[in-house]
Amino acid sequence: MSYNWNWDIFLSPTPSGESTYLGWLLNGLQWTLTLSLGAWIMALVLGIGLGVLRTVPNRLLAGSAAAYVEVFRNVPLLVQLFIWYFVLPELLPTTLGDALKQTDPLAQQFFAALLCLGCFTAARVCEQVRAGIASLPRGQRNAGLALGLTLPQTYRYVLLPMALRLILPPLTSEFLNVFKNSAVASTIGLIELSRQSQQLVDYTAQAYEAFIAVTVLYVLINVLVMFGMRVLERRTRVPGYIGGK
Amino acid sequence: MSMIQIENVSKWYGDFQVLTDCGTHVNAGEVVVVCGPSGSGKSTLIRCVNGLEAIQQGRIVVNGTALAEPTTNLSKLRAQVGMVFQNFELFPHMSVTDNLTIAQVKVLGRSTEEALARGLTMLDRVGLKAQATKFPGALSGGQQQRVAIARALAMDPICMLFDEPTSALDPEMVNEVLDVMVELATEGMTMMCVTHEMGFARKVADRVIFMDHGRIVEDASKDDFFGTPRAERAQLFLSKILQH
Repeated sequence: MSYNWNWDIFLSPTPSGESTYLGWLLNGLQWTLTLSLGAWIMALVLGIGLGVLRTVPNRLLAGSAAAYVEVFRNVPLLVQLFIWYFVLPELLPTTLGDALKQTDPLAQQFFAALLCLGCFTAARVCEQVRAGIASLPRGQRNAGLALGLTLPQTYRYVLLPMALRLILPPLTSEFLNVFKNSAVASTIGLIELSRQSQQLVDYTAQAYEAFIAVTVLYVLINVLVMFGMRVLERRTRVPGYIGGK
Repeated sequence: MSMIQIENVSKWYGDFQVLTDCGTHVNAGEVVVVCGPSGSGKSTLIRCVNGLEAIQQGRIVVNGTALAEPTTNLSKLRAQVGMVFQNFELFPHMSVTDNLTIAQVKVLGRSTEEALARGLTMLDRVGLKAQATKFPGALSGGQQQRVAIARALAMDPICMLFDEPTSALDPEMVNEVLDVMVELATEGMTMMCVTHEMGFARKVADRVIFMDHGRIVEDASKDDFFGTPRAERAQLFLSKILQH
């Protein structure tokens, strides 16, 4: 194989001269991080809320949360993204839709991707939270209520603190998935990390270096996330309980 | 006036009737033991008393407040009724102290210091002051159940419900829990206890209720119950559990 390895390519200036190719990658990394962390926060808040609703003794609330999960879990992520980006503006009232299309294209791409990833991941977090709550002994809820705590207080102080501890390992997987799934944003034109690497190949023809670099960056993010979550697991460990000492 | 009044209570799980026309009462200062074979509905009945289970027919009145009234604040009522569970149900992620104080602070609005003082007094009462900073997972079953009793007592309840408090315990730990319960009973606490501990019933109960297939088949004073139970089913039950 005759391939001209050139690692210096990252330090070469781009055609526009404003940045280096490494600068491009770091810019893409920034978008990936902003998008993923934003979507993760949204997914956690929404997912915990929905997960709680799935377990409350009210058919309408539990049913609505279940319907949400089925919709967002059963439609491919890519299709969802296209719906948020291409279809939603058309469904809004004309004036609002037009106003949306006039805004900065980058903002449109970013927020469509953020909503898409956030809502999709929320459905998955919701199921984890539901499983966590369901795995607690039924008596815990009764014990909270019997002490006079209201149902929301029982969730806040008794059920959720234990349920969230129990589901930390599967939540770590979801957190990692958000970063990997964020690459779909490239399909609507957001120049995040994976898209930036393709662009780098287009400009320099140094495919190996570009894809190795981008792989290393993704792995680095996820190793950091895994490490952070491990620390969190250790910190929140309950003495004398599963995983505790 | 009765502290707990249970009138014509019936309850169904779907098509299955778990309680049929149950009626009884617990007077202030009285200790009532509810016994019967498993599946007879005694735990369900006691969970209905503080509204943890809903009833479809009948009426339950606790300290003058009817549970089913739309104006009744169930949480407020439950705060006055202490409950102890078969599986202790301490909150595993909280230290013993936090278990004792959380409801005092969040429900009764006591200050942290006040709640802590009250909690530690109760913990001392059940003989576990040294365990205050431990987590439930580090305690034995008997110790956990005593903390659970202290947690309920710290709310200054007007009556206490016990749902098979010793059934999940190793035999050698049963007595430490019963001792606490006997002490409570002799101090005049109003108690409704679902239990198989006939020794406890003989010692402190004022009345014994015997349930079978969701019905109250015997509701008699202790002496009548152990002397000459009228219901045949109760006689059979007693002869079986008092054999050894």
